Formats: sequence, C-alpha cells, structure tokens
Amino acid sequence: MPSDAPSHDRRVFVKAGLFGLGSALFASLAGGIRFFFPKVLFEPSSVFTAGMPGDYRAGEVSERFRESNRVWIIRTPEGALYAIEANCTHLGCTPQWFADERKFKCPCHGTNFNVAGEVLAGPAPVPLYRVSIRLDSRGRLQIDKRVKENRPDKWDAPPFVLKDSGGRA
Amino acid sequence: MVRHGLPDSDRSRIMVILHNVFLHIHPPKLHPSGLRIRHTFCLGGITFFLFLILTVTGVLLMFYYVPDAGRAYEDMKDLAFVVPFGRLIRNLHRWAGHAMVVTVIFHMARVFYSGAYRPPREFNWVVGVMLLVLTLLLSYTGYLLPWDQLAFWAVTVGTNMGAATPVVGHNGPFAILQIDNDVRFALIGGTEIGQNALLRFYVLHCILLPLVVVALMAVHFWRIRKDGGLSRPL
Repeated sequence: MPSDAPSHDRRVFVKAGLFGLGSALFASLAGGIRFFFPKVLFEPSSVFTAGMPGDYRAGEVSERFRESNRVWIIRTPEGALYAIEANCTHLGCTPQWFADERKFKCPCHGTNFNVAGEVLAGPAPVPLYRVSIRLDSRGRLQIDKRVKENRPDKWDAPPFVLKDSGGRA
Repeated sequence: MVRHGLPDSDRSRIMVILHNVFLHIHPPKLHPSGLRIRHTFCLGGITFFLFLILTVTGVLLMFYYVPDAGRAYEDMKDLAFVVPFGRLIRNLHRWAGHAMVVTVIFHMARVFYSGAYRPPREFNWVVGVMLLVLTLLLSYTGYLLPWDQLAFWAVTVGTNMGAATPVVGHNGPFAILQIDNDVRFALIGGTEIGQNALLRFYVLHCILLPLVVVALMAVHFWRIRKDGGLSRPL
C-alpha cells in the first residue's frame, strides 16, 4: 500500500467527526424548536370552580364565567346543569348570548347556535363543545375544559351533564 | 463625489455611478426596450420603494409603541392623537403596507404575462414567490399590533386556521398533537392570543421577517443582472 494513499484511520476519523457534527446540529435544531414552546403559561386555568349549583336558576344561561373562563353554565327547565365552551367551532371567536332570542351568535362570521349548542345557521360545521361539569368534595361545581364533547348522542351523560344537583344546593 | 470632488469628464461621471453601492443597482448598459415604462411599469421598483417607506416609518413607530398587552392599544391611540405627526407616520406605514401587497401581486402578474418567469429566470421566480409569502406574513404579523378588536379576532381566526394544519395542528386531519403542543401553540406561545402572541408577532414583524426579506431581495436583484437583465421582446 503506497504511503500517500488516504489511510483507513483518517476516513474513520472524518466519518466519526461528521457524524458528531451532524448530531450536534440536529440537537441544536431540536433545541431551537423546543425553545418556542413555553413551559409556563399566564392564562386562566382549564379547571376552575363555578360556585354552588343553587346559584343557577332553571332555564338560565349564566354569563358569569364567560369573560374570565369562556364558559356558559346552563340549567335546563328540568334542572340539569351543563357547561358550554364559548368558543365558536368555526374559527374560534367568542359567540354572544342573546337572551331574547335564546341563541348564541358569533360576531365573526355569523354562526347561530341554539341553547343546546347546536348549529342553527352559519358556517360552523359542528355544535359548540360541552365541557366536564362535576361536583367537588365540598359540593361546588367544578368545570374542566380539558374534557369536552360535541356529539349530541354523547353529551347527555356524565361528566358533561349534572342531573341530580338541585337537592344539595 | 464626496471624496473626489465634482466629476469633470464623461468617464469620471460614469465612474461615480458605477462605483457607488447605492447607484450601481442600475446596470451600465440597458436594452432600449427596458427604458419603456409600459414594459415593466416599474412595479418591482415601486414595491422596493414601499419597503423603504415601511422601514423608515416602522422604525419611527417603534420609538413610541410598546408591545405590551396592557398598553399596546393605548400607544396606538397616542400615536394617532398625541404624538406630533404620529398619525401621519402610522397611516403612511399602514397604507404603504396595504399598497405593498397590491404591488407585489401586480408585479407577479406583469412577470407572468410577459413570460419573464421562463428560463433562464425561473429561479428568480422562485425567489419572488418566497418574497410574496414573506410580504403576506409581514402584513399579517403587523395586523395584530394595534391590539384592537379587529386585530385580536382576525389573528384568532388566522391562527385557528393554522390549528387546522394536517398532522401538526391539533384541529386538523390526522392530528397527533394537543392544543398545548401543536404548531399554533409554537406560533402564538400559548393556547389563546395573549401577551406571548403579541410579543412574538412584534419580533417577527420588526426583526426576523424584515431580515429575511432584505437577504432575499439582495438575491432577487442580483439574479436580474445575472440572468441577463430585464426580459425583453424576442
């Protein structure tokens, strides 16, 4: 073997060096992407307590937590409680509740929803989401926005509806 | 001219132009068809001129505007009612921004209809498409900064479209990510439009996107010369 031919050792060294450099670049890229995902958020919590069940009258759509948590708490004339997320399923604006028409209307593109959250008119493709509503150990309403459901055949069961809360209020 | 005094011959006069970084963007030789205004309508030049206006007025606005969710709207109102010439500067920025989107599109239409995207200029068309996208992104990120109802909900709607991206958006087809780790979360730095989104859009609008645009514009202008100057009738 001529002495001026590239040695095997040098190739191995260069390959290992390139592999190391590539790994370092890949790791910095991954770290650079991770940088843009904050670990701490200064946003309202997804889980919050919403007072006692007795605070809500039959047939009422309560706007008490719309501003702070984007949730309406609704008691049906039969006494069941459910919570709707005030987040339009079209493109995420906050609909408004019109008590005289018994409708939620979105100001951005005009979708109308009925009090159950079902689409009456406009571009939204699916009903509004209902979120988890339970009683905590002290009998207060606890809303969990991480658990949500917008299929009418699924939302009439716990935790998306609270049927026997009236007696405890 | 500053260093050598006034030029006193044709040769020194042309040298003043050729040796100046700002003036040498214009080539020393030009085909007569390139001088006809109806050949290009100077649409690319108008776009660049608007970009210069936007840079100057944007820097001026940055002296008074703070991207803080608590005072951004008030600063915008102060620019309109309190700051001397503030309303003029802000409206110059606003209208130049709108106009730049329009002139970029007209520029592209002119290039398309005169066949100037064809070889050897096909790569410059690619650079131009990137510049179009960056112009739209600059326009979109600037949209949020007044922090009024229109800005807030328009950007809510726009970023929710991002959440509908396939695979990497939490609301899109084949979604594999959640609302707190998808592509929209990385863009707005939260699950809803808030302080993080305002600051991110401000940095993108004032620093990152303009830097990329300037780099690509340098390539874009340089390629015109390298590809044989303005296209002309065969």
